[in-house]
Amino acid sequence: MNEQLASAERRKERIDRGIKVRTEGIYAVSSWQEVTYLVLPRLTLIVGLLLLPFLMPSLYWNRVISIVGIYVLLALGFDFLAHYVGLVSLGGAFFIGVGGYTAAILNKSLGLPPALTIPMATLCGAIICTLLLLPALPLRGVYFAIVTLMYPLAVSRIIEALNILGGTDGILGVASFPNRWVEQYLILLIVIFALFGLRRLVNEDIGLVFRGVKDNDQAVRASGLSITLYKAIAVFIASGLGSLGGAYLSHIYMWSGISQFALDFSVIPIAATVIGGGGTLVGPLIGCFILVPLSEFLRAFGPLRIVIYAVILVVVIMFRSEGIMVYAQRKYHQFERWVKV
Amino acid sequence: MDIFIYGMINSFSLALMAIGFTLVYGICRLPNFAHGALYVVTGFLVWSLIHLLKLNYILSIILALVIMGLVGAAIYRFVLIRVRGMATSEIIATYALGLAILEFLRWAGFKGMTYTLPVFIEGSVTIRGTPVDLQRIVVVGIGIVVVTFMWLFTHFNKTGLALRGMAQDEHAAMMLGIDSDWMAVIAMAMGSVLAGLSAIVLLPLGNIVVEAGYNVLILSIAVCIVGGLGSWVGAIIASFMIGFLQIITVAYIQSHFHMVVALLAIIITLILRPSGLFGRQKELEERV
Repeated sequence: MNEQLASAERRKERIDRGIKVRTEGIYAVSSWQEVTYLVLPRLTLIVGLLLLPFLMPSLYWNRVISIVGIYVLLALGFDFLAHYVGLVSLGGAFFIGVGGYTAAILNKSLGLPPALTIPMATLCGAIICTLLLLPALPLRGVYFAIVTLMYPLAVSRIIEALNILGGTDGILGVASFPNRWVEQYLILLIVIFALFGLRRLVNEDIGLVFRGVKDNDQAVRASGLSITLYKAIAVFIASGLGSLGGAYLSHIYMWSGISQFALDFSVIPIAATVIGGGGTLVGPLIGCFILVPLSEFLRAFGPLRIVIYAVILVVVIMFRSEGIMVYAQRKYHQFERWVKV
Repeated sequence: MDIFIYGMINSFSLALMAIGFTLVYGICRLPNFAHGALYVVTGFLVWSLIHLLKLNYILSIILALVIMGLVGAAIYRFVLIRVRGMATSEIIATYALGLAILEFLRWAGFKGMTYTLPVFIEGSVTIRGTPVDLQRIVVVGIGIVVVTFMWLFTHFNKTGLALRGMAQDEHAAMMLGIDSDWMAVIAMAMGSVLAGLSAIVLLPLGNIVVEAGYNVLILSIAVCIVGGLGSWVGAIIASFMIGFLQIITVAYIQSHFHMVVALLAIIITLILRPSGLFGRQKELEERV
């Protein structure tokens, strides 16, 4: 049939699958089919993550998996802040750096083991980041983005200039994990808990308030809720995730230094979120699992790696800004068919 | 006296670097985070035209500026137009573009002492006991000329007035028959030419290095934000404030704090007065 004629007489419509509608309510548990429909994607993700260290047993790839986990934590924080609270933070490196240095200092000067320094660095890092970002919280959009972009740059220049905290050498000799299995499974479990925890959180009452802050902050204010308080809570959560990643990074490399404030930690999570699909929380995870190993493959190219990376980012943001996960969810939940006009 | 003279020179260098960014961001609200990359590219472009194609210095400068104008227009026409209006995407796209350009130059091996541009006029003069290169005086001169020209352009030229109209109220401007995309193309082209011009004037003072791209970007953002959006007076005063502060910091504290001054200026200004010292536009919208 002539293609042009066809499009004049009929159009494509996209509607939800019946099973998707059925599984939204309590009837989700009414049959095995529906239970599978709900559980399968989640189970695939969890089992896939837990099997990963077995599938890639080499030491080198084990380390890559841990690094991916750290980036996932950062990207989750970025996605949460950007798409659920409306704060675009370009300063992921700031969270990593604060967490990393805190863990290193706690470990070196107080002699605490990683089992204690990581939770403590997470908490302290989140408090420090939230307090430092507190004055910037009334800002919106581009302005918040620029301020957060400046924080890691400013801190690393100050450390360099004052020669404090080990100066350009950083803090050496931080304790490492007992073995590589602990190192990987701990981060993978943390990632799974962070992912499902955040998904739960954004659907609770407080999640509604967060989205209110993003979409119409004046309405939230008119309801008698403090916008700054809720923004501070959100920043606390996101910076906690980032600091946790930073503390982990310090213990993995047994070192903490200025490069933890490097642009990589700000740019890669954003790229991962854009590629994976913003606002889905699973998207950033998938984005990280694509981008970070890709950058490991490209390590041999040196600076060209960043070029390839930046070009991918530009192309994706120009032509496919919805991301992988949004596309996949659409295909999973909906189908398309031709209807007569 | 030293501080005064070098403060003046530094301030005019900042004004030159930032004026392109201010034009594009402050007036058209397009954050061109590839500004620093364009600055560095111009330097290498002029160098290649002189040394590889053996062109005359003046001819290569003109040619390079024309190419930069086309590049700027192309960036808008092919990249920014697709993400226009989505502030985050605009930042990420232009920033990634700048990153790609700069890191490509680094990979291609554009580094080292060989990459320098010749100065316009050799020699130096002594002003009240302080020796100053003539090139630095040229910087101040061209700075004054460019700033005056831009002020006249945006106040008395039809295109310039249209650019300001777009900044104040895009819908009203479109109702009056101003083509929004065409204006943005013009703004991006002019911004890139200005970035190139500042590179040509400033780069003969040192080597052309890739890192300069990041510093120029930060300094331009600093000037634009401290000064306030859409305010020429603010941009000039901001470059003087930051310029003198930097020189005073280098003279009395430590040269490492050079960049920290700019970063802190951005953070403090944004927190205390998000619309900048002299910003009048959209003052209410920017705060909660």
